[in-house]
Amino acid sequence: MITIIIWTVVVLTLLGAVLALVLYLVASKFKVEEDPRVGEVEALLPGANCGGCGHAGCHAFASSCVEAGTLEGHFCPVGGNKVMKAVAGVLGLEAEEQAPMVAVLRCNGSCANREKTTEYDGYRSCKVISTLYAGETACSFGCLGGGDCERVCQFGALKMNPETGLPEIDQELCTACGACVRECPKHILELRLKGPKEGRRVYVSCSSKDKGGVARKACKAACIGCGKCAKACPFGAITVENNLAYIDFTKCKLCRKCVAECPTGAIHAVNFPVKQQAVMETVPPSVPSGTEEQTVQS
Amino acid sequence: MKKLTVSLSPHIHSADSTRKIMRDVLIAMAPAWLVSVWFFGMPVIILTLAGVAACMVTEWLISRFLMKRKSTVSDLSAAVTGVLLALNLPPSSPWWLIVIGSIFSIGVVKMSFGGLGQNIFNPAIAGRVFLLISFPTLMTNWTRPDPWFRSGVDAVSGATPLAIVNEGLAKGMSLDQIFAQNDFTYFEMLFARIGGSVGEVSAIALIVGFIYLLARKVVKPHIPLAILCTIFVFSGIFWLIDPQQYTDPVFNILTGGVLLGSFFMATDYATSPMGKTAMVIYGIGIGLITMIIRYFGSYPEGISFAILVMNSVVPLLNKYVKPRKFGR
Amino acid sequence: MRKRTFSIGGVHPDDHKIARDCAIEDLPLAPLFSVSMAQHLGSPANPVVAAGDKVKAGQVIGEPSGFISAYVHSPVSGTVKAVGPKANLLGNRIVHVDIEVEGDEWMEDIDRTPDIVREISLDREQILERIRKCGVVGLGGATFPTHVKLSPPPGKKADVLILNGAECEPYLTSDHRIMLERGEEIVIGAEIMKKALEVDRVVIGIEENKPEAIENMGRIAASHPGIEVMVLKKRYPQGGEKQLINAVTGRQVPSMKLPIDAGAVVQNVGTSLAVYEAVQKNKPLIDNVLTVTGECCPRQRNLRVRVGTPLSYILEQSGGIPEDAVKIISGGPMMGWAVSNLDATTVKSTSSLLCLTAAQTMRKEESSCIRCGKCVDACPMGLEPYLLNRLARARKLDELEENAIYDCIECGCCLYSCPANIPLLDNIRVYKREVLGIMKSRASSATK
Repeated sequence: MITIIIWTVVVLTLLGAVLALVLYLVASKFKVEEDPRVGEVEALLPGANCGGCGHAGCHAFASSCVEAGTLEGHFCPVGGNKVMKAVAGVLGLEAEEQAPMVAVLRCNGSCANREKTTEYDGYRSCKVISTLYAGETACSFGCLGGGDCERVCQFGALKMNPETGLPEIDQELCTACGACVRECPKHILELRLKGPKEGRRVYVSCSSKDKGGVARKACKAACIGCGKCAKACPFGAITVENNLAYIDFTKCKLCRKCVAECPTGAIHAVNFPVKQQAVMETVPPSVPSGTEEQTVQS
Repeated sequence: MKKLTVSLSPHIHSADSTRKIMRDVLIAMAPAWLVSVWFFGMPVIILTLAGVAACMVTEWLISRFLMKRKSTVSDLSAAVTGVLLALNLPPSSPWWLIVIGSIFSIGVVKMSFGGLGQNIFNPAIAGRVFLLISFPTLMTNWTRPDPWFRSGVDAVSGATPLAIVNEGLAKGMSLDQIFAQNDFTYFEMLFARIGGSVGEVSAIALIVGFIYLLARKVVKPHIPLAILCTIFVFSGIFWLIDPQQYTDPVFNILTGGVLLGSFFMATDYATSPMGKTAMVIYGIGIGLITMIIRYFGSYPEGISFAILVMNSVVPLLNKYVKPRKFGR
Repeated sequence: MRKRTFSIGGVHPDDHKIARDCAIEDLPLAPLFSVSMAQHLGSPANPVVAAGDKVKAGQVIGEPSGFISAYVHSPVSGTVKAVGPKANLLGNRIVHVDIEVEGDEWMEDIDRTPDIVREISLDREQILERIRKCGVVGLGGATFPTHVKLSPPPGKKADVLILNGAECEPYLTSDHRIMLERGEEIVIGAEIMKKALEVDRVVIGIEENKPEAIENMGRIAASHPGIEVMVLKKRYPQGGEKQLINAVTGRQVPSMKLPIDAGAVVQNVGTSLAVYEAVQKNKPLIDNVLTVTGECCPRQRNLRVRVGTPLSYILEQSGGIPEDAVKIISGGPMMGWAVSNLDATTVKSTSSLLCLTAAQTMRKEESSCIRCGKCVDACPMGLEPYLLNRLARARKLDELEENAIYDCIECGCCLYSCPANIPLLDNIRVYKREVLGIMKSRASSATK
């Protein structure tokens, strides 16, 4: 009896030793040499693997940072300047300061502003709807309301509002990774400068390139390309092309002259302090509300 | 102006629905069940009702309270599992046996994988095997069928032909002796009067049901034909080698759960392959494993185990045996 | 006669050919026409008229803007009111030419007599040029410019021309009617294309549910050596280009290849009629036959309609939009497009206006896949729609490519047959485009 036990122990020990040796040899043969700093950098990154930096994931970004030897062109939008500074510290490099960005919806087509002319029946996805037709309303440029952006957002920053039928962006949660911008088949989401203070920014919340009359008929709050805003802008930040105004956020000084000029309320100014009670009442129903964004027309 | 509905093509749909398919399966099982009621009477009705009720209630409770989604009971798939399980039990089984089996079938085998279409194993077969292992005596307590209104008093107990053969061979008897002692005839096997589970009584009734399924295009003939052909060929070879040791092909097809299993359980959508080639491979596998268990295993019957084993191969078959594509 | 069919998949929807006995009528001209510049596959035509211009019926108003493009002609005489983007039947903005109708004056060089011209006097080059100048495109649905299809790339040669008279889509009867009423012209059109392609054999494929058309075409073809009628089984998508070639010749067009690679060219019978009119009568493609149908429609009609007629006008002239219709489809119920904008106008390939009620057309609630494999059986390309749908929802593009999503012909058999009402094709269509885009960009970067 005891001999069986001894033999068992001996055989198993030998077997274990041989296999351990094989494992060790194989592991050392196939060992991948990697700069230890890659691991250090990766540990600092948010680990969302969102692709917002333009790399396949956080590991790819980290090794690219290490290999390039410079942080020029490397920026993690999710981690922001804080993380980049930490990465720069590890690598002994200079990080580029970048102003924080946020995703912005350029469509005013809530249910109240944009009447439905047809009823879609089928799988509710913007990509699917856009292979079929222009959308449920007469506007062929605006939001389809299928919620693809909400599905693609890893950070829970986008939520479809059932009342307006439009997505709403929570600027605190949005990391500007750009996933929604790439996903939207109508290309109506844009990464814009988040803005100073609690995120003050001015933008044209419409993407319609239809002629004024057509656009207005389809949606009450459409940009009709009248050009009043461009004339009012003292900084030349606004251009009107194809019946659509666009505010260049690098030139905009947030004076809000354009907001007052716009006849349809297509230009939004958000997160500015409330001036008077009376102003609040003139807020058109078109403006998305409900998030932390406080929208005021001045 | 009128608000038009817009959707992608196609704009029309066939009349098929999950519910209709399940209803067809229930109709197809009716002949076998009715024959069984004819022979065993009330116990079969009670067993079936208990099985269907237990399956549907379990599914409803789980989808309502655990999965928190719309109940799927109305698609009748739980009812199909209940009836199938009843067809797979001895007619003398107590009602609580099928309730336990149903809870296992639906709760563990079906719903824990995500419900209809997601399960890897056929719920009814897995339920039967679970009961067979947990309650071996109850599950092999067979009654010799006899029209219930005639006998009335006490049912004659008797083992299934397969069990008799298995036992006889173990005792060292030859097949001729066993057959002579028990006077089996193919005629009885075909029309009724063989001991076995509720649904195994009449081969003809099962075949009628299967023809209905084929006619309604609910199932394709590939899987059952592959199983039956494999069993026929495999047992044929062995029978030719030694007819005293190995039972003949016709006996093997008509007895036990082969017909019930290959018509109604091996063809279960979720647990069988999609492509026709894969279906044939799947069927051949079931036939081989069944016969190996019957000839060489200690259990007299192997179709349940065979189906379970081949169920687990289905994902691989779906992945590697693809249907032929157009233009290549 | 043995009935032929394609080899894999297919479904059998009820054919609902309720307009089959309605003779073709001419629709009176609408007061205002709006002619799209994108009525063909390829790049849209460039408008060559401006607001205020006077035009005659048959006059060129749009010129091709590339190799795969086509001429567009004015369907009526009158004054051009506007040239600019307008919503088409899907709501997408396309450049249209609006023409206010004044009288009905045609270009002088068009032969408008009803006499049938049998002798083909033009040679191959002249035929192709005439077809190009007359803006003939494929009327089976894909609207591929016909002259391009009739000039195979160098080194490739067709040995058979197949005329598609299958009309496998339920409800549609326009091809059936022209085969009954314009059979001889169709056969002469086939003779012309036979000459252009230099093939010896022409097969007219007709589904078995059109016995009158089979009889009529068979009788006419009997006096034309090399042209025969083949009876096809009633099975959708019998009229799909690849399926039709398979049914007629037994050959399968290789994956990612064109019909010419299987030695065949397929043309719709309507296209053949247009070719006849273009070559023998010098008449550009400015009208076509369409079916107004649906159980809920007050009148079933087969109408000859000028291109650019407003859809709402056609429906008004046919008894108005039925009360219980929820969806109006341009084309057949299997592959047609649901109309979102009734102010839109017809194009060369508009084959029907089909009105369906909620009970007939609304999608039913999706339930879970029971893995019944009906979609696999139905797919005429031998794909596995359930798998493609699952991979599409998980965005596994490489696996979608491995499973040949690019072979999908979007016939709709999978969604039609799914008992769980899963929107299979909705998803597959999106990802098919995405995968094809990736393959294209990969191919172009490989050649660089």
